[in-house]
Amino acid sequence: MEVRLIENGTVIDHIPPAALFKIITIMGLDRDTEHRMTIGTNLESGRMGSKAIIKITDRYCAAHEIDRIALFAPEARVNTIRDFAVVEKRRVEVPARIEGFVKCANPMCVTNHQPVQTAFEVVAEDGGPAGKVALRCRYCEKITRDFGAKPDTY
Amino acid sequence: MDKRSLISITDLSKEELLRLLELAAWFENNPGQRLLEGRVVATLFFEPSTRTRLSFESAINRLGARVIGFSDAANTSVSKGETLHDTISVITNYCDLIVMRHSLEGAARYASEVARVPVVNAGDGANQHPSQTLLDLYSIQKTQGRLDGLRIMMVGDLKYGRTVHSLLEALSHFDTEFVFVSPPELRMPDEHKRRLDEKGLKYTELAELEGNMDEMDVVYMTRIQKERFNDPMEYERVKNAYVLRREMLRGTRDTMKILHPLPRVGEIATDVDTDPHAYYFQQTRNGVWARMAIICYLLGVKK
Repeated sequence: MEVRLIENGTVIDHIPPAALFKIITIMGLDRDTEHRMTIGTNLESGRMGSKAIIKITDRYCAAHEIDRIALFAPEARVNTIRDFAVVEKRRVEVPARIEGFVKCANPMCVTNHQPVQTAFEVVAEDGGPAGKVALRCRYCEKITRDFGAKPDTY
Repeated sequence: MDKRSLISITDLSKEELLRLLELAAWFENNPGQRLLEGRVVATLFFEPSTRTRLSFESAINRLGARVIGFSDAANTSVSKGETLHDTISVITNYCDLIVMRHSLEGAARYASEVARVPVVNAGDGANQHPSQTLLDLYSIQKTQGRLDGLRIMMVGDLKYGRTVHSLLEALSHFDTEFVFVSPPELRMPDEHKRRLDEKGLKYTELAELEGNMDEMDVVYMTRIQKERFNDPMEYERVKNAYVLRREMLRGTRDTMKILHPLPRVGEIATDVDTDPHAYYFQQTRNGVWARMAIICYLLGVKK
């Protein structure tokens, strides 16, 4: 596959292929009809075995987007490109808390019945694979695991 | 002054818990303290709970404050579809403190973010009910004279029981040894046991109640709910295995007390009621002192 260099924009690299479509959803790329982008998946990676990559022209990641990417792909790198050069190469970092965008898994949680923005504390997943996180709801205090991404509604 | 609410037992440090217990004891010895004369407390029971509401209202009345509120959301604007946000935003202007119960988990935390005045959680679904925990802790301290070095047995539904989880959380501040007695399908969840491991507190899990109470200081009974079982026959089998009867109390310590958050259904036989070990009805009285302590503490009237 030919993956062109981009002049200005963002390259999100080292995405586990399983997390690719979640990241597309988080960033709203599935609804983006404006920016030119190249998305590749199941590509060979020395470090990861296989990986996915997203290249977007003239689009940059906001801090809250990087936080959210970290929830699904803690190994990802977000590279900012200007004039064909990488001007910033950053590892994503799992945030301590996350607001909005993840739905609480508890059907009796107030956030699923009232117009309340969700808020979670990010906690280490006990007994799970290293780096895997779970979310504790600020309101009902229940743990949400295997959370999906949903586009922002607030 | 910063507004302070009580939503979850984990909002309180060990020092604050001990201070609240001290205040509860003080109110028990000095019940006629009209410290809140001229104030208004709203009791908002979006979900009915007569016992809890009356206990809070008794505490509020004893403190000399006036009560406004509702005992059922059916006749309020909630039934017209008003959001919790709006209900709380309005009522916060009518009172100095809000006591609320709601069927949705997290409703009280959310209300405390919206309200201008302190909020006391009087139960949010299966989540938290901190005044119950405080009164349980007070009952234990009062009957045993201490909180450290006690052996406490918890019996019944340890998986879903909100009261046992909160009480465990509160007791884990102290040097407590736990014995958990439950059917295998209703065992104490791992996350709670892990917390005890981290704190170096000992616990044992048993399937039998009979014959295991001899070394206990407190036996905390809970109700096993039918809806927790997929198989009704399994429920029938399990239900009878965790019924406390008077003859089972032979050989237990004289100072041992039986607690129960109530209502009980059949898990304590009525012949236990007159036994000196039974404490569950006196326990409810402690709820008034505990709630007086909480309200005064949050309002800064007693620090």
